[in-house]
Amino acid sequence: MTAAPVPAPAAPPRPARQVTGLVPAEPPRASAYVCQAVSCLSTGSQGVLESLVERITEEGLPDVAVKRVGCLGLCASGPLVQVPETGDIFTRVAPDAVDPLMTTLRTARPGGPLHEAAPFFARQVRIVTERSGVVDPESLDDAVAHGGYDALRQVLTTRTPAEVRDEISASGLRGRGGAGYSTGLKWNTVAKAPGSPKVVICNADEGDPGAFMDRSVLESDPHRVLEGMAIAAFAVGASSGYVYCRAEYPLAVARLRKAIREAVKQGYLGPSVMDTEFSFEVEVRLGAGAFVCGEETALIASIEGGRGTPRPRPPYPAASGLRGLPTLINNVETYANIAPIVRNGAAWFSAIGTAKSKGTKVFALAGRVVNTGLVEVPMGTSLRDIVYGIGGGIVDGRPFKAVQTGGPAGGCIPAQFLDMPVDYESLTEVGSFMGSGGMIVMDDTSCMVDVAKYFMDFCREESCGKCVPCRVGTSQLWLLLDAISRGEATERDVSQMERLADMVRRTSLCGLGQGAPNPIFSTLRYFRDEYMAHVVDRACPAGVCTIGTSEGVA
Amino acid sequence: MRRLGNQPDALVEALHSAQEAFGYLDTDALTYVGSSLSVPPSRVYGVATFYHYFTLKPAGDHTAVVCTGTACYINGAGGILAAIRNRLGIEPKQTTADGKVSLLTARCLGACSLAPAAIVDGEVQGRVDGPALVQRLEEL
Repeated sequence: MTAAPVPAPAAPPRPARQVTGLVPAEPPRASAYVCQAVSCLSTGSQGVLESLVERITEEGLPDVAVKRVGCLGLCASGPLVQVPETGDIFTRVAPDAVDPLMTTLRTARPGGPLHEAAPFFARQVRIVTERSGVVDPESLDDAVAHGGYDALRQVLTTRTPAEVRDEISASGLRGRGGAGYSTGLKWNTVAKAPGSPKVVICNADEGDPGAFMDRSVLESDPHRVLEGMAIAAFAVGASSGYVYCRAEYPLAVARLRKAIREAVKQGYLGPSVMDTEFSFEVEVRLGAGAFVCGEETALIASIEGGRGTPRPRPPYPAASGLRGLPTLINNVETYANIAPIVRNGAAWFSAIGTAKSKGTKVFALAGRVVNTGLVEVPMGTSLRDIVYGIGGGIVDGRPFKAVQTGGPAGGCIPAQFLDMPVDYESLTEVGSFMGSGGMIVMDDTSCMVDVAKYFMDFCREESCGKCVPCRVGTSQLWLLLDAISRGEATERDVSQMERLADMVRRTSLCGLGQGAPNPIFSTLRYFRDEYMAHVVDRACPAGVCTIGTSEGVA
Repeated sequence: MRRLGNQPDALVEALHSAQEAFGYLDTDALTYVGSSLSVPPSRVYGVATFYHYFTLKPAGDHTAVVCTGTACYINGAGGILAAIRNRLGIEPKQTTADGKVSLLTARCLGACSLAPAAIVDGEVQGRVDGPALVQRLEEL
């Protein structure tokens, strides 16, 4: 296996003692919200924060606040700073160039006219990320001041577990991890499963390459996720839980651990939550760089300390999961939806979205698009709106070729479906998959054979090796794709690849193997001519693959 | 390990702690973890080699991790690896002959909006340019 070990970083990205903001004695007249999620931190937002604090202190502006916040969304233009009093968002702020920002801060006041937001922000509907970029992700008090744990309190004091499950069922919420299973149905199954104690798990093993929604939510608003887990635990009758998070996300892990510590200390989690009889202990468990651990039975095996290999289902984890106990597994975004549903009611939630897909979806928009970043839109928004309206179109004005969703098990959606509404059903219909929400935009510089080969390489590396169709099949499929990309294959090889892909899809044990052939199917379906160009004309139309002695860049 | 009660199911967590302390997992560390948790060496080795995050070899003085996630792939991660191969003569998972630089790849750093991304000595860098990165590594 060649891939993935990210070395244990020497230290989390933040040193222990440092400037974290400026809090005036009175409610501030103006504030600067400085994004401190990984993306902006890596472009220097800590320096911006420090420089702002210094300048404001120097100028003696006692009524201006500087606050560390989570992801503001437009990661491509970081570091980002928002002045909420005017609605202005400053992009690519450098520590030595904060003058325009200072000018705004000197005059801004609450209740003043709000400047119109750029389309990137204006077209979004934010539920999951409503507090991202607003609250300090490392402060429980700030989360509570913005309504954190209100929904949990309401549930514990005024509702029965069955009422909570009914509310979630009625909302129509479906799992945001990819498959789109009804959350209410899952909760009911776990609640009714014989055996106790029960366990809730949060799947934060966001393994799809090109997806970073869960990282961003955890880095921006960890209490939101913990609150959702606690409500779920109450609803299904569990008293302990785990968050299984990728080790590649050190900042998310650090913020999550801090959030748990603070919440336990102040009685929002732990024994007798908010002085009720309900107790909920949460622990963080680290993944170790195995994509297959996002599959629920493999994830459970990993939490139990073993190799993360899946096992046949049934029994489903809802009946027999962690240590044989009934186990509820939902992903980060699903839990982040729970508190707003409890707070605003099922009817409010189900009014958003399409007939079968309710609410919003967070997408990680990346690839060859101008505004890369995190976007949250109602289900049913068209691809065109996302890529061109919010995403600002293709880099350098090049032609759009395809959008890839669903990670390595997903597919490529070509231009003719740009006006398609994005929801679970329509994506499946065109041969792709919702997945966890990665959305990679490709232009004419991408060769679709090479894209299929890239994903097959991923699956081949990440196959856990337990079942033969996936272990051997993905390797063989990769060899065939490699031969095609080098111009050494024939049309017979292409049809053999199709047969083999179908076999791998039907006979693999878990979602990894079953989904692995999907990129092949979808690229063949829409871009068969590119395959033919490789095998018949021995040429790569995009100029990506090196074929024989003909030109091309590796 | 004590924190987790010396239970066999603490194996993955214990390996994380050991790797964080020593930088990699040698035979001694694996044996020690196994005997403390009452887990047979075969299972410890099996788990340590199953997960990509664990490394059984010592790393060079500096580490460069090039992200090969989808967004980085689309935006030219292959070119960065090729630049490093051409100038430093190392492939992913290798260390230069003088023991100075280790090259690794990652499946996705989650920094997709800054693609292509890399980590040099624990610091995430966005919009990486192949030649510039090579120059930086040569100067380390």
